[in-house]
Amino acid sequence: MLRWLHKVLALSVVVPLMALVISGSVLSGMPALERAGAISPPADGISVAELAARTVATHPGVEQIKRLPSGKVVAFHAGTDGPAAIVVDPSSGQAVSNHAPSTFERWMTNFHRSFFLGDGGRMAAGAAALALLVLTLSGVQMTARRMGGWARLLDRSRGGAMERLHADLGRLAALGLIVSTLTALVLSLTTFGLIPEGQSQAPAYPKMMQGGPARPMAEIDALRGVDLSQLRELTFPNPADPTDFFRLTTATGEGYVDPVSGALLAWQDHTVGRQIYELIYMMHTGRGLWWVGVLLGLSALAVPVLGVSGTALWWKRRRAHAPIVANVPAKVADTVILVGSEGGSTWGFARTLHAALTANGHKVHAVAMDHIAPSYPAAQRMFLLTATHGDGAAPASASVFLERLDGIGAPPPFPFAVLGFGDRQFPQFCRFARDVDAALTQRGWRSLLPLETIDRQSPQEFARWGKSLSAALGEDLVLAHAPERPRTHALTLIDRIDYGTEVQAPTCVLRFALPKSSLFARLMSRGRPRFSPGDLLAIVPPGETLPRYYSLASAARDGFAEICVRKHPGGLCSSLLHGLRPGDRVEAFVKANPSFRPAPGRKPVILIGAGTGIGPLAGFIRANRGRRAMHLYFGGRDPESDFLYRREIQGWLDDRRLTSLSTVFSRVSGGGYVQDRLRADAERLRTLVGAGAQVLVCGGREMAAGVRETLDELLVPAGLTPGLLKNEGRYLEDVY
Amino acid sequence: MRMKTLLAGLAMTTALTVPGLAMARPVTLTTTLKNYGGNGAYLALYVTDASGAYKGTLWVAGPKSKYHSHLSGWQRASGGNVAGINGITGASVGAGRTLKVTVDLADALFDAGYKLHVDVAAEDMRDSPSEVVVPLTAAGAGRPVAGRSYIQTFTYGM
Repeated sequence: MLRWLHKVLALSVVVPLMALVISGSVLSGMPALERAGAISPPADGISVAELAARTVATHPGVEQIKRLPSGKVVAFHAGTDGPAAIVVDPSSGQAVSNHAPSTFERWMTNFHRSFFLGDGGRMAAGAAALALLVLTLSGVQMTARRMGGWARLLDRSRGGAMERLHADLGRLAALGLIVSTLTALVLSLTTFGLIPEGQSQAPAYPKMMQGGPARPMAEIDALRGVDLSQLRELTFPNPADPTDFFRLTTATGEGYVDPVSGALLAWQDHTVGRQIYELIYMMHTGRGLWWVGVLLGLSALAVPVLGVSGTALWWKRRRAHAPIVANVPAKVADTVILVGSEGGSTWGFARTLHAALTANGHKVHAVAMDHIAPSYPAAQRMFLLTATHGDGAAPASASVFLERLDGIGAPPPFPFAVLGFGDRQFPQFCRFARDVDAALTQRGWRSLLPLETIDRQSPQEFARWGKSLSAALGEDLVLAHAPERPRTHALTLIDRIDYGTEVQAPTCVLRFALPKSSLFARLMSRGRPRFSPGDLLAIVPPGETLPRYYSLASAARDGFAEICVRKHPGGLCSSLLHGLRPGDRVEAFVKANPSFRPAPGRKPVILIGAGTGIGPLAGFIRANRGRRAMHLYFGGRDPESDFLYRREIQGWLDDRRLTSLSTVFSRVSGGGYVQDRLRADAERLRTLVGAGAQVLVCGGREMAAGVRETLDELLVPAGLTPGLLKNEGRYLEDVY
Repeated sequence: MRMKTLLAGLAMTTALTVPGLAMARPVTLTTTLKNYGGNGAYLALYVTDASGAYKGTLWVAGPKSKYHSHLSGWQRASGGNVAGINGITGASVGAGRTLKVTVDLADALFDAGYKLHVDVAAEDMRDSPSEVVVPLTAAGAGRPVAGRSYIQTFTYGM
């Protein structure tokens, strides 16, 4: 519902909204520019009477003096083409420059508030501001839900690059946008008189007390008591009208001053309502608070970027929701697939499963989990494929599934299997899938397969689940899910270093040249692949549809792509790679993995890796040109055989890209695993983490679990856990 | 260019029609603004007697009453008692544009010391009360007068 509102609103007001925020951000810089031209008044203060006397002495025709919110003092007089004005130096009364209201600013202001369409345009602008407010609030609420609650709103965002951009920029701009839009609404409603602006009526016009010659300006007592800093405007008596008087408006009130006696004739303090209105006006325009203007302008500039990233996310989601081909009605289906999807990618997997089962002659019905039917008379099995939203919540298409389940009585005769989709970077990985599995088991449903989980849409893990499913069904089923594959590049091997043969862990570091790209391709930004260490190089073996992913140990700016590959017995892709000789080529593309890389800043970084897990860590060190503190923990089997990157690491220690190195090897006497090395270093690790260090772990699943357990113990005295660090984005894992 | 013919309008501002109830004539008031480089101006056209006492309003350009306080000469003269300007109110007048309105004025107002005032105000610019003050005389009809700040020429013609 929230997402629907956010989407429909954003798509329907995009044009007026863009006009509004772009003109608004241009206007927001004006107070800062205006302030640059202001002349500071004398430090010891100057009274309005003195200012008026000085100004009249140099410019006898002055009709009005205003102190602008920027602090500029402007004197108005009759000009040849309408009222003219000069900026006055309050210390001397001399003109500093002409004061000509900028045509550009006036044009922009009128466009911003009414699109040059009169009251109709003003209403449209007000409506667009309301829409932006609703978009901001709904966006913040969705972000909070995704992060796992309001308390975690400011945590590090997760997900794909586009989602993170949208969430990060949105959170950054939210406060400014809320201020801008709320104040805009107040201004709009006061324009239409729907809420009072609190404009106090000026005091009643007084009768002149006495006639006679006007006093010299400097002797008008009522003006001598008012400091320039309090002045808003002073209007001089009309020389043609001997009964006229001064009109004075200050920060606190307004009234009339007798030019003959110099006395105050009438006075009215500003109402609280007017002061509130002026504050709101100031907050919206930045007039008098130039830095607020600049901040609001920057927030407004985020809106076009949010519009583009939001549209891209919507489009991605929409494409993922394409209808399933040949979906069979629920009543006749022998196989039911229920889908719990937030972003739509789970639907992609459901489609692959649907197609594979259909090809095997099954009658398959796929539907959102929320639309589960009370019974499936022909069903023989049910699959539940579900993602998890935020911190363990149900995804959009399964939001009422658990309640609906209560409405279904006795457990059905057919068995079920749950497949969870998630991202291990989230603390509650696949939590909703586990909840669903537990809920069904508790209701006595019969299980076909134990719960399985798929990390970051891995096609390999999905294919593996397909194998278990084949066995359970007793039929041949191949689940080859190819998430949309980008264009591949041909990479040429230029160098390889082999390690680990002696300890039965043949591993090689492969270095590929990047393809040369034509100027045209570069201009179209589809030349060389762009990547950083920690991103993934997807290798597509000839004749295969599923790519295999390897963490990159280099950045595009290094001029080569480097990966560490351990040869697995019977491993198709690792055998292919181990068979490469310099000059050979492979087809590959880059997949961004922005959730695994050191956070920007100067805080220390602890890198923990075993075996080929050192690959991306070596890349981080290689890229550490700023020489921030980096501490590497590496575990292998034998320093004489599989000490990967040994030579390079020595060089990095020498040039201080790497601060310290701790190694541990399992097949030497007195050896151990990387966890043992961590335990030995407990005190030091606690100090580093206490100083804000970030921990990055890369390696096999068991090793990562062992490291997590060890750190769990180690950090107890510091009152921290990997879980807490994970919430702050300070504990990252890349696990395979 | 704007043309308004008001026959009933002055029923609201009774003071102007009382002196010679039966005898009235159409008078065209033409106000041309300078190109002062600002947003549309608010104008008030009103009449005072020889002593400066307010007699009535002929026309107000600018519909939003919350800005009428900027027409301070008019507000002062009328004591803020300007109810009943419905029907003699129009749109604000852009810089460089001309406002032309025709009203019925009692014969007795001419050559009797009455004065016609025009107040002008524009957003973010200075207010100009009594921008133009002209005595209502038969001889003065058709003779353009310049204003202090905003008004290029003001003419009343019969």
